[in-house]
Amino acid sequence: MIDILFYVFAALALGGAMGVVAGRSPVASLLFMVLCLGSVAGIYVLLEAHFLAAVQVIVYAGAIMVLFLFVIMLLNLGHNYHPDLKAGLWSALSFAVAGALFGFLGRQLWGNRTMTPEAGDSVDALVAQYGAVGAIARPLYTEWVVPFEITGILLLVAIVGALVLAKQRV
Amino acid sequence: MVIDFSSNLDYVRALLPEIILCVWGMVVLMAGVWRGESSEEGPRAEGLGWLALVGVAFAAVANGWLHGVREVGTDGMIAVDGFRLFSNWIFLTAALLGMLVSFAYVYRQRLQAGEYYALMLFSVAGMMFMAGARNLIVVFLGLEVMSIAVYALSAFNRRDRRSAEAGLKYFILGAFSTGFFLYGIALTYGATGSTHLPTIALAVSNGTAHGALLLFGVALMGVGFAFKVSAVPFHMWAPDVYEGAPSPVTAFMSAGVKAAAFAAFFRVFLVSFQGAYESWYGVMWWLSATTMVGANLIALVQTNVKRMLAYSSIAHGGYLLVAITAANQASAGAALFYLLVYTVMNISAFAVVIAVSNHGEERLEFEDYAGLGRNQPGLALLLTLFLLSLAGFPGTGGFMAKFQLLLGAMDAQLWVLSVILVLSTVVSYAYYLRLAWYTWMRDPADGGSPLPVYLPIGMRLALVVGAAVVIWLGLFPGSVLDLARASAAGLGVAGPMVEILH
Repeated sequence: MIDILFYVFAALALGGAMGVVAGRSPVASLLFMVLCLGSVAGIYVLLEAHFLAAVQVIVYAGAIMVLFLFVIMLLNLGHNYHPDLKAGLWSALSFAVAGALFGFLGRQLWGNRTMTPEAGDSVDALVAQYGAVGAIARPLYTEWVVPFEITGILLLVAIVGALVLAKQRV
Repeated sequence: MVIDFSSNLDYVRALLPEIILCVWGMVVLMAGVWRGESSEEGPRAEGLGWLALVGVAFAAVANGWLHGVREVGTDGMIAVDGFRLFSNWIFLTAALLGMLVSFAYVYRQRLQAGEYYALMLFSVAGMMFMAGARNLIVVFLGLEVMSIAVYALSAFNRRDRRSAEAGLKYFILGAFSTGFFLYGIALTYGATGSTHLPTIALAVSNGTAHGALLLFGVALMGVGFAFKVSAVPFHMWAPDVYEGAPSPVTAFMSAGVKAAAFAAFFRVFLVSFQGAYESWYGVMWWLSATTMVGANLIALVQTNVKRMLAYSSIAHGGYLLVAITAANQASAGAALFYLLVYTVMNISAFAVVIAVSNHGEERLEFEDYAGLGRNQPGLALLLTLFLLSLAGFPGTGGFMAKFQLLLGAMDAQLWVLSVILVLSTVVSYAYYLRLAWYTWMRDPADGGSPLPVYLPIGMRLALVVGAAVVIWLGLFPGSVLDLARASAAGLGVAGPMVEILH
């Protein structure tokens, strides 16, 4: 059952990702992206990472995508972007490179099915001990506190940079 | 003093320079908000610059204090070793000189001083995170803090179209390369089960890492780094961005960003991926060879000084890639020394360009330097000194640094690469000396109208410091070189790999 659901969600995620690239208008691309992120949230649920799934839906599929939608709608929606995209030789070349990478990776993974050592047990133990939120919150504020704080600085820098460049009066 | 990362509070002490810079960045930001209106904008703008320099000084004190600190117990997210501290000195030097050359420019172009200096401080903090990171996540976050600050700085001059173009180009290509880098981190994590550099090193060397995934991870992270250090197939953004960005920003980023990217490049590749040396050795070899040859040849035909210095900066990246290819102790020490010398001489050369460029982005062609030697002999002399040092003329810091790199490459028995290094250096003399020739030998086209140059106190200070350091390191490199070598020793670069190969 879980296997079938996994393949359904994985197919939806991949299909959504392809839709983002192939979408006719930016809005369609964006909605495909919501589909993709939502399917990934489904996979998180299957992995019993419920908190991560909820955050994925609320933050990514919800807040960030809505912001994207606003920006795209505020900017010139009627503009036809297709002439801007380099077609022909370039797209053939990029497909060839991506295909080669994909094939190589697939061949290697097919050869030895196992990936990394299973991490599932330890995650289950963590969730049992601290709950779904605690399993993320504890490492975030203990082991990973330095990256967490640096992320704060990163966001500050991004805000300052955006304000400087977007301010009305120079 | 002892630092033990089993207590999280010790991170506050281990990260003191970074914390000071971040806090001081916020202080400068707030001070900028209280800036008065146009009448007193000039002095205030310069005041904010000095205020930011005070923060750099505090960070320098903290960094000096860390030299006496010893790390015990478990590995943390941040390394407290000589490599990080020496890299921090390089970034602080870049910040000092970069700010000194900015004073007049910020005032004359009416840039928003508070945000300008704050972003510079934040980007220096990002560089320090990169150089000190012992975890790929911290490398990535440091890279982003540094890059986003520098993207904004490149586009800072909103009245100048070229600056906006430079910022946008840098942002889009930088974000693209970040994608590669992050994907590389993800695949490396998939292959080794960790983002912690020593753990990755262990998994790579004892063969438990998944081969194909690791290979992809190494390759993609290599691409990400190559973008940041602008190695030749990935250098396309550099000349346009360096030309379009405000000159002091170009000076700062051509030195600081490159030094930070190389510091992280060294730590990731020589510590974590050392066990996979055979798989990336060949790629690095070709990367450094094409960078040295390509950049120097393209630089020959440039007529714009900023573009010429951009290609020169790419070429210097190529020389440093030789040290990564060599991957031995001697090269790592030499590369640290090289980065310090390069930072000083490159920002100083840009200082002269800024002084000559009048109110801002004027007089940037080679032709415009005609007659400088007659009108401003002192400035022309300094320019010639910095150009000779960039070229690697004996007696200057640039020569000593390049010589050490060469010794490191010989140590690793990279004969062909050493020959390419020497030959491309010889080629580089042509374009550096061409600018010197314009300065001294050519008469100005419009019949000798004197070039007004504006040399405020900050600029004078930067030029004097730059000249003193370049000459001092050229004649008496001993103490600094020893410090660089000792610092690299803490990196854990091992020689045996190289011996197995050859």
